[in-house]
Amino acid sequence: MFLFCMLRVDEWTDVDRKRVMNDIITTMFNKKFMEELFKPQELYSKKALRTVYDRLAHASIMRLNQASMDKLYDLMTMAFKYQVLLCPRPKDILLVTFNHLDAIKDFIRDSPNILNQVDETFRQLIDMYSCLSAGEFQLIRQTLLIFFQDMHIRVSIFLKDKVQNSNGRFVLPISGPVPWGTEVPGLIRMFNCNGDEVKRVEFTNGGNYISPQREGSFDLYGDRVLKLGTNMYSVSRPVETHMSGASKTLASHTKENAAPNPLAKEELNFLARLMGGLEIKKPNGSEPGFRLNLFTTDEEEEHAALTRPEELSYKVINIQATQDQQQNEELARIMGEFEVTDQPRQSTSKGDDLLAMMDEL
Amino acid sequence: MSSPCDARALTTRCAVSMAAGDTGMYRKERSVPLKSSSSALYNNLSVLPLRDKQLTYFAAVHGSTVSLASASADGLSVSHRQLQAKEGGLAVSASIVTQASWCVLPSRVLLVLTSQKGIQMYESDGSIMVYWHALDVLEPPSAQAVFARGIAAASGRFICVGTSSGLVLVFDIPSKGTNITLSEVLQEHHDSITDIASEVGENPDGAADLVTADDSGALCVWRSKEEFSLLTKISAFGWTCSSVKLWNGVIAAGYGNGQIRLYEATSGALRATVSAHARWIYALDLAPLTGKLLSGAEDSYVQIWKLSRSPDTGDIEIEHCHSECVTDTQLCGARFCDPEGNSFAATGYDLSEIVRYGQV
Repeated sequence: MFLFCMLRVDEWTDVDRKRVMNDIITTMFNKKFMEELFKPQELYSKKALRTVYDRLAHASIMRLNQASMDKLYDLMTMAFKYQVLLCPRPKDILLVTFNHLDAIKDFIRDSPNILNQVDETFRQLIDMYSCLSAGEFQLIRQTLLIFFQDMHIRVSIFLKDKVQNSNGRFVLPISGPVPWGTEVPGLIRMFNCNGDEVKRVEFTNGGNYISPQREGSFDLYGDRVLKLGTNMYSVSRPVETHMSGASKTLASHTKENAAPNPLAKEELNFLARLMGGLEIKKPNGSEPGFRLNLFTTDEEEEHAALTRPEELSYKVINIQATQDQQQNEELARIMGEFEVTDQPRQSTSKGDDLLAMMDEL
Repeated sequence: MSSPCDARALTTRCAVSMAAGDTGMYRKERSVPLKSSSSALYNNLSVLPLRDKQLTYFAAVHGSTVSLASASADGLSVSHRQLQAKEGGLAVSASIVTQASWCVLPSRVLLVLTSQKGIQMYESDGSIMVYWHALDVLEPPSAQAVFARGIAAASGRFICVGTSSGLVLVFDIPSKGTNITLSEVLQEHHDSITDIASEVGENPDGAADLVTADDSGALCVWRSKEEFSLLTKISAFGWTCSSVKLWNGVIAAGYGNGQIRLYEATSGALRATVSAHARWIYALDLAPLTGKLLSGAEDSYVQIWKLSRSPDTGDIEIEHCHSECVTDTQLCGARFCDPEGNSFAATGYDLSEIVRYGQV
């Protein structure tokens, strides 16, 4: 997502763009990180995912302020929700992933080393997921949809394209091609006890559907057919999001943040291992570093940070090196590699316990 | 309810329905709000009509919570309750609820919740938990998901619950009290159970009592006396069977490719195929007094059908009665609200209400 956004920053040169792109993609696809991702594990909490995302965004010398980071994450989340929700078949979430990877490969087509890394990941995905049944894919999709539940942030590009309503809900078309393997609705066939067809009746189901052309390819190279997951910004578009007004379904959202998170300890361990594979780039003294502002002016960005509704703020995990030695040596080593990020809500005084630090945010 | 606007809307709808060949007409009624939105899970709506109290109970699942709503007949007065999934021994992860369903037995009604950790049974209003059954934890933990799913009352004395490994657990339910025991485990499925249905119509001796469905699309048909015995197996054809119903010896099954299939329960013979929906079917329900069938799917549609048996040939017939589109909603639950099928309710992913329709 932010790879697509970055392409549009006019003030950057092509060289800058390429460099930042390469850095981020190299970090994302490094072996250690991918190994951790491929291990069977529970769905991450929203906190955890946002933390990983933040870390990835800082894998190059590009920097974003809190407000721009929030906006980028909102965009990414809503775009991904859209893609998962609108998949014609559950198995198509794999095709969406392949569309993402195809686009990434196109960005780095001149760098054979990184290209290899991405291809390697591609192969791993094919190995791991191609043999899953439709029912198993549906379970994955249903689990992902639980993660995205109750998110209705309005995204300008979606509103303009009429794929999202003004209440933040996505438009679900009742026309177009049916998924591969599904028949166009409208036919009843009845059989006698010998299995011979004895009656055929047509009915109107209400929609306006047609047969699909062909199936998308699940190979390393191929026509995916599905458009979900391709570059939303191929035509120049504004990058705006709107916080919805007081949402009636916030009860469940706030509940998630307030309840003690039993997942915390296990998840932190996963996170720590995951982060261990993500190298942070620190801008040298001589280099200015690049800042990405997703708003039209710096003032607008500041204003957005101040006026973001409380219930929609992301509680990012701030993992800092502690004074006491952690019992887990591995964890301590990984923590030592982390850069201290300059988040406004940083707390320096209390909390030796990682869990306590999370809850303070 | 008789303002000029309503009359006009009704007339327009009548004209459209008649043009489309509808034989039954329904009109939208007041929705019932939910405390949390519904999750995208199969058969994610359960309804318990309480005729003597003139109330209807609704239940829908969201994550690790079940939202219960109790509504008056006109839908104006609604009270709420929320139930949580039980964590289980070591609270290392929050448990997601997969299904909530009322089981009506002759002497009592229980509300059953299935989750990643096990099975909870409550009194029908959700006030007291009367039984908890923990699922076996896999050692060592594998990549396979573990959960219970698929709930049905059977033969007037059992509650059957499915698991992700394909087992069907049969619980013996006493007429009152908490002395519920696991009496049998049925092992015929190789894939996760999706839904279970018991015979809701006429049941002559020797006929099928129960049908169980799984992720691969295979169906098992059972008869119960003291124990359950397998009558027949219906092979999968490549698509998940997400919802199943059994009525007068007819099995109605809804599949991931949008198709509804009808089978003869005792022989397993295929009697009808319906290309009913453009997306995955999430729910089926049957009104036992009339043979009306409803189907709800991700394509936003509830379709109403009528099942019958030809008296001359004995052939099973199905006809289409009505379509209802819940705009921009992927439906995950749909049920009739009365045994004649004069009214129905539905909910969908991210929807914080239950939409209701009544026959005109």
